[in-house]
Amino acid sequence: MTDAIVTEGVRKRYGDKAALDGLDLTVGRGTVHGVLGPNGAGKTTAVRVMATLLRADEGRVVVAGHDVRTAPGEVRRRIGLLGQHAALDEELSGRQNLEMFGRLHHLGARRAGVRADELLARFGLADTGRKAVKAYSGGMRRRLDLAASLITDPEVLFLDEPTTGLDPRGRAEVWAAVRSLVGGGTTVLLTTQYLEEADQLADRISLVDRGRVAADGTPDQLKARLGGDRIDVIVRDAAQLPRVADLVPSGAVVDADRRLVSAPVKDRMGALTDVVRALQEAGIEAEDVALRRPTLDEVFLRLTEVRV
Amino acid sequence: MSTAITWAVTDSWTMTRRELAHWARQPVQVLVGLVFPVMLLVMFGYLIGGGKGIEGGSDEYVSFLVPGMLALTMAFGLESTMLAVTQDLNKGVIDRFRAMPMTNGAVLVGRSVADMVQSAAALVVMAGVGYALGWRVHGSVGAVVGAFGLLLLFRFAMLWMGIWLAMVAGRPELVQAVQILVWPVGFLSNAFTVPSTMPGWLGAVVEWNPMSATASSVRFLFGNPGGADEVALALAWPVGLVAVFFPLAVRRFAALSR
Repeated sequence: MTDAIVTEGVRKRYGDKAALDGLDLTVGRGTVHGVLGPNGAGKTTAVRVMATLLRADEGRVVVAGHDVRTAPGEVRRRIGLLGQHAALDEELSGRQNLEMFGRLHHLGARRAGVRADELLARFGLADTGRKAVKAYSGGMRRRLDLAASLITDPEVLFLDEPTTGLDPRGRAEVWAAVRSLVGGGTTVLLTTQYLEEADQLADRISLVDRGRVAADGTPDQLKARLGGDRIDVIVRDAAQLPRVADLVPSGAVVDADRRLVSAPVKDRMGALTDVVRALQEAGIEAEDVALRRPTLDEVFLRLTEVRV
Repeated sequence: MSTAITWAVTDSWTMTRRELAHWARQPVQVLVGLVFPVMLLVMFGYLIGGGKGIEGGSDEYVSFLVPGMLALTMAFGLESTMLAVTQDLNKGVIDRFRAMPMTNGAVLVGRSVADMVQSAAALVVMAGVGYALGWRVHGSVGAVVGAFGLLLLFRFAMLWMGIWLAMVAGRPELVQAVQILVWPVGFLSNAFTVPSTMPGWLGAVVEWNPMSATASSVRFLFGNPGGADEVALALAWPVGLVAVFFPLAVRRFAALSR
């Protein structure tokens, strides 16, 4: 049993709308797995099923070695959950929240108190630990929420859109906190709408669309699936763009504003030398010629464009 | 199995502590909650009491009114329970509770223990104010304890009805609708006046109001004339309501995962 999460053919419908339509996921132990998809793709429903909050209509879900349907208690002992909305008691202080969650994790009164202080210190909340949560900033609230999901050093941590609604600083704080967890052997399943976030944090990514996995792999593999690398040529004189478009391999896209011609390539080095030579022979002055992988945005749009 | 029970008790206590901590952080809100029924008692005691025409004048009316107001205070507990549960369910924190290895029903048990403590405190305050208004009990100690027991039993029934209603309605806007309905149900009782002075149909409604049975029995147990035959009803109504709404509420809570 080396996988932290396995889901097979998970379906969940709400009325006649399928939120999950045969979701298959495998997440290896100790990895960060990104579940990337647009709003309404079923990401939150998937997390709620895996975290025992919601029962699937069909399919099998095994988290940390236990089936969520037959042994939800065992699963709950081994997971942490950071939901989309802060799962905190707003009226209580940060410390009271953590202590309460520690008691509910059956740490006992004394250890719950010690653990609360540890976590407050670790997440930079020691000074504000006695203030009511409703007085916290968005970033502080998120950090406290994350601390609450780490009360018992969970084997599997679910982060459902952890940075949605945060300003760039709050986002950076959460990213730093997630990175610091990865060294400890925790498996992290992260849902996000932000490609950058998945690219930054995840070892593997599942692109989810309409309740199922549309594509799966490392960020680099996914980018490669878009038909591989591209060559970008930026010229000094926009008038020369049509000529450049004829010189580069077929399938070129012209962006006049950026004076850019972009074309897919198969043989990276061969294409680069061919294009550079052709530009010189034609006497066209290029500002930049570069090979690059497609961005996740391009992959994403390509894989989900059927929707439109 | 015994460890499961130990944890059920521990978790319920943790959830009760949560509510008590809320009060400690918001003492003003708690006070306002207590002041409201006191205000009603004083208002009705002086406003209507003087000219009510109940045999024996205003002292007699106070001994009629105080038990009725105690019962009404318990009835109003319905909306405070419903509001608290609705607010809880609409917060993310309930998800964290449900994703934890805690006893499932502890959230509800914590709510009910805390609400019962609050209601007991309200009864003490109301009784104190009643005493200041000239209300005296004439029953035995056992009867008085029994009277408060009946009031809390009625509150317990309101509690589980409130939890169930909150889970069925689920939205804060609907709590308002229930709050509006609680008023006529509370007032269409014998809390303020005897049904015999009302038109026949209204008197019948009032006599069938579960709250009326509680108010009459409490009057009897405090040593006022009449009402002995209502005690059985004052036991049967709440027990019946709990028998219906407790399982409904628990089932509804378990069904949150659907």
